[in-house]
Amino acid sequence: MSLRDIDLKPLLLVPALALAVLPFMGSPSTWLTLTVAGLAMGMIIFIIASGLTLVFGLMDVLNFGHGVFIALGAFVATSVLGSMGDWTGSDELWRNLVAVLPAMLVAMAVAGAVGLAFERFIVRPVYGQHLKQILITMGGMIIGEELIKVIWGPQQIALPLPEALRGGIYLGDAAVEKYRLLAVVVGALVFAVQVWVLSRTKIGLLIRAGVQDREMVESLGYRIRRVFVGVFVVGSALAGLGGVMWGLYQQNVVPQMGAQVNVLIFIVIIIGGLGSTGGALIGALLVGLMANYTGFLAPKVALFSNIALMVAILLWRPQGVYPVANR
Amino acid sequence: MLKRLISNDLPRSRVLAVLLVALLVALAFAPFIFPGVKALNVAAKVLIFLVLVASFDLLLGYTGIVSFAHTMFFGIGAYGVAIASNHLGPTWGALAVGVLGALGLTLALSLAVGLFSLRVRAIFFAMITLAVASAFQTLASQLSEVTGGEDGLSFKLPPVLSPSFELFENPVLGVMVDGKLISYYLLFAVALCLLLALLRIVNSPFGRVLQAIRENEFRAEAIGYRVVVYRTLSSVMSALFACLAGAMLAVWLRYNGPDTSLSFEIMMDVLLIVVMGGMGTVYGAAIGSALFLVAQSYLQDLLRLASEATAAVPTLSALLSPDRWLLWLGVLFVLSVYYFPTGIVGRLRVAAALRKR
Repeated sequence: MSLRDIDLKPLLLVPALALAVLPFMGSPSTWLTLTVAGLAMGMIIFIIASGLTLVFGLMDVLNFGHGVFIALGAFVATSVLGSMGDWTGSDELWRNLVAVLPAMLVAMAVAGAVGLAFERFIVRPVYGQHLKQILITMGGMIIGEELIKVIWGPQQIALPLPEALRGGIYLGDAAVEKYRLLAVVVGALVFAVQVWVLSRTKIGLLIRAGVQDREMVESLGYRIRRVFVGVFVVGSALAGLGGVMWGLYQQNVVPQMGAQVNVLIFIVIIIGGLGSTGGALIGALLVGLMANYTGFLAPKVALFSNIALMVAILLWRPQGVYPVANR
Repeated sequence: MLKRLISNDLPRSRVLAVLLVALLVALAFAPFIFPGVKALNVAAKVLIFLVLVASFDLLLGYTGIVSFAHTMFFGIGAYGVAIASNHLGPTWGALAVGVLGALGLTLALSLAVGLFSLRVRAIFFAMITLAVASAFQTLASQLSEVTGGEDGLSFKLPPVLSPSFELFENPVLGVMVDGKLISYYLLFAVALCLLLALLRIVNSPFGRVLQAIRENEFRAEAIGYRVVVYRTLSSVMSALFACLAGAMLAVWLRYNGPDTSLSFEIMMDVLLIVVMGGMGTVYGAAIGSALFLVAQSYLQDLLRLASEATAAVPTLSALLSPDRWLLWLGVLFVLSVYYFPTGIVGRLRVAAALRKR
């Protein structure tokens, strides 16, 4: 795909939104702080949403239970980080990163494994039946959330950032939290790997082809269902990773966090166009920025700002910013 | 006459007919048959849920689309009555203003959500309603000057409906005819009318079109029915009925807060009742609500007992604790969608049809 084939208009939405609010912010430093916060939040949401949108695109499965993996990842991280107190408590950056890395890996592994079981027992029996899928995965979400309450308890658990990641650095007058920069970096890394896999590998080719036209790929002799299981597991693992990062972003975790984030990622994948990874990135960044700007300017309407954003986008492009063919 | 009253939608199963008549009789004479405050509360809740669930079934069972904003409209109805009675005092006028205001808001909101999300594709509807409902829930607990926040609103109703009012000095058939009893019969009459109205709607030509859309959207469109219009109308109607059910709840409790009418747990209850009772049958909603609400008050006690009995095994005990009620509800829900998709009414009708052959 050459540069000319890429539809640039949606890409411009993100800087357009950021610049449009600049006059209302008072000082540029506030704007910079909020923009970095919004981008960080957007990147975390993207990590979570990218799996969901591919799962839908590939097999037409709408997974309302995606939120469970977010909460699961975050709670696993509390256990892992909690048991590594002297690593997280150290003020050397590398020791902190060494503590966060296994927390992320374990969370991804657990979420991926649970995702495998979820796909097998919850999703597989209802392939091709949207109504039942919505009902069943919602039921799975409730069960997962309650099981998390059984294991970790229903109360809120603190998930403090490791020492060296706390606080911020100053860019001129603007304070930018270190962790937010890390979140942007990790998010960009995940996006880069995804783009590479999707555009440069055989499996990525199959996934993209499957999203475009499943039957055609099947008729060429590939078992798209196996690919789908793989995508589902990776998507769940990414949700787990996103959960860890979201938990560290909020610095606490509650069992209901999955349901809360779920609402955001639904808005994101609708904005992006169901099945489109690039769309999900744009949607996530827009939602992240919007949430931070309105949270600062008008906290009471902040709740509806993302819905308003979605309405505006859908009025412009009813299938989302990057519509996927054949849907 | 009776046939016309239930819009020619016969139970089509002897067992179901007996169950329905028994339910009707039990609800009609509940204050006299089952004495005690708790029993009357359960009976009133059955009446409220019957309307709420039947209205949801219009959407899920008859039209084949899932909305997660049904409790939002339920809550709007309840808040309408609560806010109006709180501000305008305990008069019938306030009650009317509350109900009408809530209906107006419901109409506007459901029309906007429906037209907007169903225009593109039906699958958006579930996601968008979920987003709108969760935003509304947060809004309701944040606007504490209007809605009372997390604490909710307690309010007074017209004197005839308040518990201290007594129509006769002496008890009738051993039961005092007080405001609570009058409220109950008000709910009973309203619920019966609404249920018959719903039966009328689903058995009308309009209802047939909805079922056609559920079975094959593409074909319905090809025959010449505007699918978007029908789906939107169905979602608006179902929202209006849910709003009325919410008003009934507020009249009965004389209180409303976010947990009593907006919580996601109620949405889960409604989903489970619809599936268990039988999707696409108004009677299923009636039978399901009665069974579920009786079981709910009974099973939670059972869970508590089981949890105490297994206190030696902490994990098992935690699983069985009454706080984890929703876990078992979820398991039951998933299992019934898999193995019991036609619900009680569906099973009974199939059994009756087999016997006839």
